[in-house]
Amino acid sequence: MKVSYTKALQAPSIILLLLWMIVPLSMTLYFSFMRYNLLYPERTGFTGSLNYDFFLTDPALFDAVLNTLTLVGSIITISVVLGMGIALLLQEAFRGRGIVRVMLISPFFIMPTVNALIWKNMFMNPVYGLFAFVSGLFGWPIIDWLSDLPLLSIIIMLSWQWTPFALLIFMTSLQSMDKEQIEAAEIEGASFWSKFYYLTLPHLLRAIAVVIMIQAIFHLSIFAEIFVTTGGGPGYDSTNTTFLIFTQALLQFDVGVASAGGVFAIIIANIIAFFLIKTVAQGMAK
Amino acid sequence: MKIGYRNMKRLKHQSTVAACYILAVIFFFPIFWMVLTSFKTELQAISVPPLFFFEPTLENFSIVQERSDYFKYATNSIITSFGATIFALIIAVPSAYSMAFFPGRFTKDILLWMLSTKMLPAVGVLMPVYLLADSAGLLDTKTVLIIIFAMMNLPIIMWLLFSYFKEIPNEILEASRMDGCSTMDELRHIVLPLSWGGIASAALLCIVLCWNEAFWAINLTAGDAGTLTALIASYSSPEGLFWSKLSAASTLACAPIVIFGWFCQKQLVQGLTFGAVK
Repeated sequence: MKVSYTKALQAPSIILLLLWMIVPLSMTLYFSFMRYNLLYPERTGFTGSLNYDFFLTDPALFDAVLNTLTLVGSIITISVVLGMGIALLLQEAFRGRGIVRVMLISPFFIMPTVNALIWKNMFMNPVYGLFAFVSGLFGWPIIDWLSDLPLLSIIIMLSWQWTPFALLIFMTSLQSMDKEQIEAAEIEGASFWSKFYYLTLPHLLRAIAVVIMIQAIFHLSIFAEIFVTTGGGPGYDSTNTTFLIFTQALLQFDVGVASAGGVFAIIIANIIAFFLIKTVAQGMAK
Repeated sequence: MKIGYRNMKRLKHQSTVAACYILAVIFFFPIFWMVLTSFKTELQAISVPPLFFFEPTLENFSIVQERSDYFKYATNSIITSFGATIFALIIAVPSAYSMAFFPGRFTKDILLWMLSTKMLPAVGVLMPVYLLADSAGLLDTKTVLIIIFAMMNLPIIMWLLFSYFKEIPNEILEASRMDGCSTMDELRHIVLPLSWGGIASAALLCIVLCWNEAFWAINLTAGDAGTLTALIASYSSPEGLFWSKLSAASTLACAPIVIFGWFCQKQLVQGLTFGAVK
């Protein structure tokens, strides 16, 4: 009696998520083996692995995968290191700490598109941007950020947005740290680094795992920032897998190839997810 | 010159505080600059050297409202993010409750599987979802966004609620059952009041994520159901050269959620860490 009741309570969430996963996934799989271009609706039929051949031999694919990994890796590294550093600094009590905290966290609430536009226009524009102005003051060469260093530009935008997120998590985690332990270590004359390595870092391990996992989920499919700023260019210099499939699907209207790309993206995401979920989520489920 | 221990300590304190303030100014500066630019004329916005002091104008805000009906987009954003959050909570609360208090053999595996659906890249299923929405006549409607936003965030909400419910001591529930509470009574009068903070923080996080969602909002909507993220994206190319109007639109788009976030930052932290980081 009881058992069936609890099952009934769980059923909606499980069924809905299952549908949300299975239906589009199987359609993607199906399309990926079909000839299906919205521009040529009369051409249909099974094509075998043709779509995959087409997508996998796309000269841009290697760049896109490399860019995706570079983006995920560098944004996570920057935000974790910076976020942890700032969180440690903020442990010092001082007047105005509340305001400082709010100012530091704010970028996390900014929309990805707005974030991209602020940086693109007001900072990285080679003529009117603030970066160009500052370079001019010091007589440095002026950089056209989005076309000279497109990937770095996107890394800057996303790190600005996600460092506050890491900071937010580390700050709360640090609050539950045992103060007496630190004081005892200080009395014993422990150096800053040994306190950090033996006390702070082990305490933060779980928080670090959470930050890495959530960020990996979001950064594997960065879209808005690229869409609004570089459009994947110049060439394919800032195209990630998400954006490559987007150009296939919506700009060339080739559903078949885009679906093959989608299957590819799902496989990549799951390889990364497998390791992350194994290490991180198991710990959190306890 | 000899620096005493106390001076040394004070110096350290002062430099830490200075570093905090400098970092805060650096991180906040882009937002400050966006808001400042929205009060400039177009000419002032691109002036070199950049202007810090000028006579502010409200013209940009009225132009933005005139041209693209900010309130329609804002209403869409509010309806979709709150609607999706409520929808997800209605599904998630009973499920998480029964998983937390009557765990079966597969409960943990189910939870892990749910989280793994978050790893499904949206772009991988864009075409099928687009075609399904099209054939159901749901393209460019708020309904389709509410459904998608709810499904996207359901796994995270399930995890949050599960971990909050787990923190409720079992003794309280057993006592209530002894007194003859039904399952529904138990959920309503005991579990929900005790985990109110947790539910609120899950809801807040979900609202923020929906509000800022861009991929589905851009690809599945046009004029009718567009949210503020789609509005900003549509401003980016034709109006890309008009910085102060763009800044005004951006300021309007972000202000509600940033202020919302400031008020709720404490709850948000609890939510984001899955309740796992004490």
